[in-house]
Amino acid sequence: MTAIIKTEQLTKIYGMGDIQVAALGGVDVQINEGEFVAVMGPSGSGKSTLMNILGCLDRPTSGHYFLAGQAVSGMDKVQLAVIRNQRIGFIFQSFNLLARTSALRNVMLPLVYKRQGQLSPAEREEKAMAALEAVGLADRAHHDPNELSGGQRQRVAIARALVNDPVLIMADEPTGNLDTKTGNEIMGLLHKLHERGRTIVMVTHEPDIAAQTERSIVLVDGLVAEDGRSQPANAQMMNAK
Amino acid sequence: MTTAQQTAQAGVLEKAEGGDLETAVATIINPLEISRIAWEGVVRNKVRSLLTMLGVIIGVGAVIIMIAISAGTEATIAEQIEGLGSNLVFIQASFGRGGAGGGGGDQVTLVYDDIAVVESVGGVAGTTVDQTTSQTVKAGDVTLTDVPLMGTTPDFPEVRDVAVADGRFFNENELERSTKVAILGAALAEQLFGAANPIGQSITVGTTKLAVIGVADEKGIVGNTDFDSLLYVPITLVFDKFLPTQFRQFAGDRVRIIYVQVEPEADMELVIQQIQLKLATSKDVTVDELPFTMQTQQDIIDTEGATTEAFRNLLAWVAGVSLLVGGIGIMNIMLVSVTERTREIGIRQSVGATPNDIRLQFLTEALMLSLVGGLIGVALGVGGSFLFGSTSDMRTVIVPSSIALAFGSAAAVGIFFGFFPANKAAQLDPIEALRHE
Repeated sequence: MTAIIKTEQLTKIYGMGDIQVAALGGVDVQINEGEFVAVMGPSGSGKSTLMNILGCLDRPTSGHYFLAGQAVSGMDKVQLAVIRNQRIGFIFQSFNLLARTSALRNVMLPLVYKRQGQLSPAEREEKAMAALEAVGLADRAHHDPNELSGGQRQRVAIARALVNDPVLIMADEPTGNLDTKTGNEIMGLLHKLHERGRTIVMVTHEPDIAAQTERSIVLVDGLVAEDGRSQPANAQMMNAK
Repeated sequence: MTTAQQTAQAGVLEKAEGGDLETAVATIINPLEISRIAWEGVVRNKVRSLLTMLGVIIGVGAVIIMIAISAGTEATIAEQIEGLGSNLVFIQASFGRGGAGGGGGDQVTLVYDDIAVVESVGGVAGTTVDQTTSQTVKAGDVTLTDVPLMGTTPDFPEVRDVAVADGRFFNENELERSTKVAILGAALAEQLFGAANPIGQSITVGTTKLAVIGVADEKGIVGNTDFDSLLYVPITLVFDKFLPTQFRQFAGDRVRIIYVQVEPEADMELVIQQIQLKLATSKDVTVDELPFTMQTQQDIIDTEGATTEAFRNLLAWVAGVSLLVGGIGIMNIMLVSVTERTREIGIRQSVGATPNDIRLQFLTEALMLSLVGGLIGVALGVGGSFLFGSTSDMRTVIVPSSIALAFGSAAAVGIFFGFFPANKAAQLDPIEALRHE
């Protein structure tokens, strides 16, 4: 199994004057290719910080992070931007689509910033259209986000996350802004991606969402408290008690 | 996408290490794409963009119009100086100095007899004088009031470069005898006689009947004089008939100005000095006390040149300030725009936009605002110059280099004032930016 994510003693310390807060206190995780992992934990547990570092949006204070074998923990802002473009697809709770920009153009966005093997506008459009088809939204390609429902918006975001064929998909509370039914549809889509071999790391605080994954990592106070097979939601609740 | 492309892409992903990443980092994304993103930013808020551009539009338009006015003024002056005649010296009584100079109560003035003194100087090719007044002129049933009467000498056409189109100018004989003859300016002839031939006709000036013996060729306005509306008569006739009596008593045969034509090969400075010396001697004063100003064409060119240069410098400052204000306007809106679009910046960063990509995007947007503003300003400036030239007395000449200058300054303003907001955008932290509401 190829390790997509491998961290060694990852720490993140926020300094506020003399007071220093350790958001992460030495995290070791390994996530292999094809895994669907939920990252859980109460607020303040460091799960957002871990998510940001794993998503190459932030840099650890110390420790190592290898993304698909590549040491990214020492990289600068520019290098991280390139890595995000090449290897990571993001799905956010609040969708984060560009307003007044069609679904198609939103999906094309990562291709615009692609530096190696730059595509012609026609090729970009073709790829973006294919990604929209994959999430079942080809017929809405020319609609702006405000003309789409929440579920449709999230599907546009998923298409955008997929379009550059990343090694890792980071999903941050992907169902958090959706009703249960739509949330289940989105989870269904993520399962489909997982079945096709995508590696997905999903941050969530909802146990029944986490229960749908194959593995859960629970953070408490910036450390990994639990790491194992996801349990059915009711079992997890009992554990928590 | 073809299978070949897929494998090629997979290959890139597999070996994306070290050097490969460096190449990617060094690669700039397509400038066309950046322009497109920036352009979308401009057109997304059309009204705001237009208002932002307003400063630049006004600045650029002002530069072009002001330079066109200034160039028009210069062209007019250049033509007028050319029209003055060649190698001329103008001798004029300078006001405010004349009275004190004489000492004994007698004012030292420029009089008709001074011509003889001036003509005795070597190097003087010809002289003429003028004394003007205005009179009511009648011809048949046409009556014109306030017609400028130019009393002068037979040398006038040569010295002042006026051609006689029909008939002839008066001669020395007629001058000496104050013969009642007149030469009409081209426009005056038209007004008095229409298409009919004025030569041989008689006109009544004031109460005196004059015979028309010639019509001058068209010359237009030179200096402040409209040559075409003048009525030329022997200066002696003006002294005898047309100066108001109360004025005549103390004015005598005073003249307004003596024009001296200097021989082309003569030394202008030397001739002027000698004229001054002789005039001073004849009037029994020192050269310093002589209350006359001596001006050459070159003096006039220099004076006018200095005036227009000062004028143009002033305009340049005004235009520069308005461009500066325009630039500050752009910076202001770009700063607002960066704050407003923090989320967008975060989204772009999350999908792989580098700080440089973001900087370029906002810089290009500022540049586009100023360039589009510049273009509109150029159109406004050119149109405004035409409008000014055709609807007012002001003459305008559109200077092509002023368009380049104004447009170039607008671009420079865009880059200069766009840089700070663009840099601010580039330095945003992706996490903070994504969290921005």
